[in-house]
Amino acid sequence: MLSSEALRKIDREVAKYPADQRQSAVMAALVIAQDENGWLSKETIAAVADYLSMAPIAAYEVASFYNMYDMQPVGKYKLTVCTNLPCALSGGVHAADYVKEKLGIDFNETTPDGRFTLKEGECMGACGDAPVMLVNNKRMCSFMLPEQIDKLLAECK
Amino acid sequence: MALIDTINPLLTTGWSKGDAGWSLKDYEARGGYVQLKRILASKMSQDEVIAEVKKSALRGRGGAGFPAGLKWSFMPKAAPEKYVVCNTDEGEPGTFKDRDLLRYDPHSTIEGMIIAAYAVGAKRGYNYIHGEIFDIYQRFEEALDQARAAGYLGERILGSDFSFDLFAHHGWGAYICGEETGLLESIEGKKGQPRYKPPFPANFGLYGKPTTINNTETFAAIPFIMGMGGEAYLNLGKPNNGGTKLFSVSGHVNRPGNYEVPMGTPFAKLLEMAGGMRGGRQLKAVIPGGSSAPVLPADVMMECTMDYDSIAKAGSMLGSGAVIVMDETVCMVKALERLSYFYFEESCGQCTPCREGSGWLYRVVHRIEHGLGRPEDLDLLNRVTDNMMGKTICALADAAAFPVRSFIKHFKSEFEYHIEHKKCLVDPEVQRAGSGFFGATSKAGAA
Repeated sequence: MLSSEALRKIDREVAKYPADQRQSAVMAALVIAQDENGWLSKETIAAVADYLSMAPIAAYEVASFYNMYDMQPVGKYKLTVCTNLPCALSGGVHAADYVKEKLGIDFNETTPDGRFTLKEGECMGACGDAPVMLVNNKRMCSFMLPEQIDKLLAECK
Repeated sequence: MALIDTINPLLTTGWSKGDAGWSLKDYEARGGYVQLKRILASKMSQDEVIAEVKKSALRGRGGAGFPAGLKWSFMPKAAPEKYVVCNTDEGEPGTFKDRDLLRYDPHSTIEGMIIAAYAVGAKRGYNYIHGEIFDIYQRFEEALDQARAAGYLGERILGSDFSFDLFAHHGWGAYICGEETGLLESIEGKKGQPRYKPPFPANFGLYGKPTTINNTETFAAIPFIMGMGGEAYLNLGKPNNGGTKLFSVSGHVNRPGNYEVPMGTPFAKLLEMAGGMRGGRQLKAVIPGGSSAPVLPADVMMECTMDYDSIAKAGSMLGSGAVIVMDETVCMVKALERLSYFYFEESCGQCTPCREGSGWLYRVVHRIEHGLGRPEDLDLLNRVTDNMMGKTICALADAAAFPVRSFIKHFKSEFEYHIEHKKCLVDPEVQRAGSGFFGATSKAGAA
C-alpha cells in the first residue's frame, strides 16, 4: 500500500514532532500517499493511519477536511484555478473560462482521456500574480494569460 | 513578484535581489543573525527582550493587530515545555505578503522566531505554511537546514545555554487554519477546527502547552526592532501603530504587488505607488484589510491613512494589510456573491450559526445577483448576520458577516436596483472587460 520510499519520507516528517505525537505527521503522510497513488482511497488512508498508530477514522477526518486531498481519482494533471475576488478582478474568471473552453470540461470534471481534471480554487495567497493556477497541488503558475495557459497545457503530456 | 516599491525598506531590505538573495550568506551579509548573537553574547534577559518589543508598539500583522510584546509577556515563566509557532497560513483573500517574505528573506522570520523563543523560553517551534505554496515550504526547509548547520538552531545555540529547534509544517488547503487555535489543532494532526477560548494559547497551546503564536511578518520584524531599538521602530510609524507594514495591493491598479510603507502613510500615496487606477478608471471601493474587512467607498478610503487606528475609525479594519481595489466597472452584488461563496465553502462546520448562516448568506446574495431577489432580502441578510456575529467559537462567522453588512450599507442602491430590475446597474460586458485579462504580459516571467 505504501512503498518503502514513501515510508522513509513519512519517517522524516514524524521526526519533526515530539516522540509521543506521531499523529502530527498525518497531513504530510497523506500528501506523500496521495503523491504516490494519485488519490486517497479508504484503504490508503487506513494504511497511513496504521503506520502512525491512529484510528483510521481520525486519518479519514483529516483527509476529508482539507481541500487538496483527493478522495476520488483525478486526471493526471489536476488544474486548480483561483476565481476568488482579487484574482477575479484581474482575469481569474477569464482564465478559468479559457481553460474550460480549451479542454471542453467544466469545474469538477475530467477530460475523457483522463489527462486533466479542472477545479475551482480558493485564495492561494498569490493575488498579485493573478490569474493564478495550481498544477497537481504543488506547482503554482502565475500571470496565466491565454498564451501561458496554452504553453502549460501543451507541457502536460 | 518581488517588491514593487517602498518608502522605507526594512522588512524588504533583502528583496532587491529577488530569488538570488534569500540564502544564509546573503542574510548574514546584510546584518542577519547579528541581533541573535548580541542577545546571546550579552546574556540579555528575557524581560529586556520583551520590553524592547513592547516599546516598538509592534502589533500583530496577521489581522488582529494585538500588541506582540504583550502577547509574549502572557507566557508563564515556569512551564517546562513551551512552543513558538509562526502562522504562515496565508489564505485571507487579497493577502500575499508572507509568501514573499519567506520567498525572498526566510531567515528574518527564522531569526525572529529564535529571538521570540529565547524571550518566552520555548525549546521547539513550528512554522505552519499555507498549503498552496509548496515551493515556499521547500525553500523554508532549506533555510532551516542552513540555519541548523550554522549553529543558529539546535542544542546550545552559538555556545550559549539556549537550545531551540524549528520545523516547517505544511498545510493542505483550509482557510480556517489561519485561525490560531485551528492551526494548532492542525499541527496536532486533526481537523483544523478552532478551540474555545479561554484558555488562550499562552496557557493552553500546542499539545496543551504554553504557546506563542504570531504571524510571519510579526516575527520578521523582530530582528529589525532589536537592531534599531523599540523606540526607533515605533517612530517609523505613528503612536500605537509602530513601524512599517507590508501592504498587498490587488485588484484594479496598474501595478499589483507588495509595498512596504511606514504605518500612517496616506492611502492616496499607496494607490499612487501601485501605479494608480487601471485604465485611468474611477475608484469605486476598497477592502482595506483582506476580504473579511468591511468594504469602504472611494471617498472615505481616500481620506484614510494606512494604520490600525485610521482604518478602524473609518469603520473597517487594517487586518492583514491586503488592499483590494475595485473600480467603477465592478458590480458590488457580484463581488459580494464571490466573497460569500468563499466563507460558505471555508466554514469548518463546527458552529451552527456559521455553518448554516454562511450558506444562507451565499444563497440569498446569489439569488439577488441572478435576478431572483425579493424586496425583503436585504433585511433578511442583515438579520442572518445578526444571528452569526459574536455567536461562534471563532471569528469566521464575523468575517462572513462583515462584507455582507458593509456592502449593503455602502452600496444599498445597487442591491435595490438588482432586486427591482432583475439585472445589474453596470452592463455585464463592461464588468467583464473591466476585470479581464490584465496586460500583465510584461511581468509574466518576472515572478
